[in-house]
Amino acid sequence: MNLLLVAVGAAVGAPLRFLTDRYVVARIMHGAKPFPWGTLTVNVLGSFVLGLLTGVSDHTTTLLLGVGFCGAFTTYSTFSAETLQLARGGNRAGAVLNAVLNLGLGLAAAILGATIT
Amino acid sequence: MTREVSLGRTLAVIAAGGVVGSLARYGVADAWPHQQGGFPWATFVVNVVGCFLIGVLLARITPQTHPLLRPFLGTGVLGGFTTFSTFAVDTDRLLPDHAVVALVYFFGTLAAAMVAVWAGDRVAR
Repeated sequence: MNLLLVAVGAAVGAPLRFLTDRYVVARIMHGAKPFPWGTLTVNVLGSFVLGLLTGVSDHTTTLLLGVGFCGAFTTYSTFSAETLQLARGGNRAGAVLNAVLNLGLGLAAAILGATIT
Repeated sequence: MTREVSLGRTLAVIAAGGVVGSLARYGVADAWPHQQGGFPWATFVVNVVGCFLIGVLLARITPQTHPLLRPFLGTGVLGGFTTFSTFAVDTDRLLPDHAVVALVYFFGTLAAAMVAVWAGDRVAR
């Protein structure tokens, strides 16, 4: 049952991350991708939602939304790969900015989520 | 020749990969729980290993290899395996009473993740 809850949450979270990234890149950046705003968006949103779940002790909700959905919706691997890509492309300031924004806003969102519940 | 892949199929392989990666992450976290105030080793190791693997993957597999391989392994499996939300929330939980552990975890994960993705890329090339 635990595995099923994590699986269902992840089956929604992972494709939704892809769609959010696509939407941000297409609509807000008009197809250009000089900066990975899409990954930043999912990481900040997902950290906020998981922060909201801090006070929740219900096992089902934690596994479905926390471990499954938020875990799959957010990503560290794409974040690190995109940061490396920026640095490789000669945009060192962009790489530093990406790291600062993800860590800073991600943590702030988690704290905000945990505080308002 | 690159084959056109429908959005539906792309989303389906990402969902499948996300399930595989997330279950693996859950398995590691379940087998390796951390005590209150302790260093979240499971999430740290999962994130660093996932970053190493995406470095390998992006260097080895181009969209020309197979149009669905990167979405499945990169966006799906590794995206589901690694997590940013648990990283942020664990840091927040540690901060009030275990600020040193929180800061070592927070900046240590970033440093290790960046070294890992760089090393994965180097090894694969």
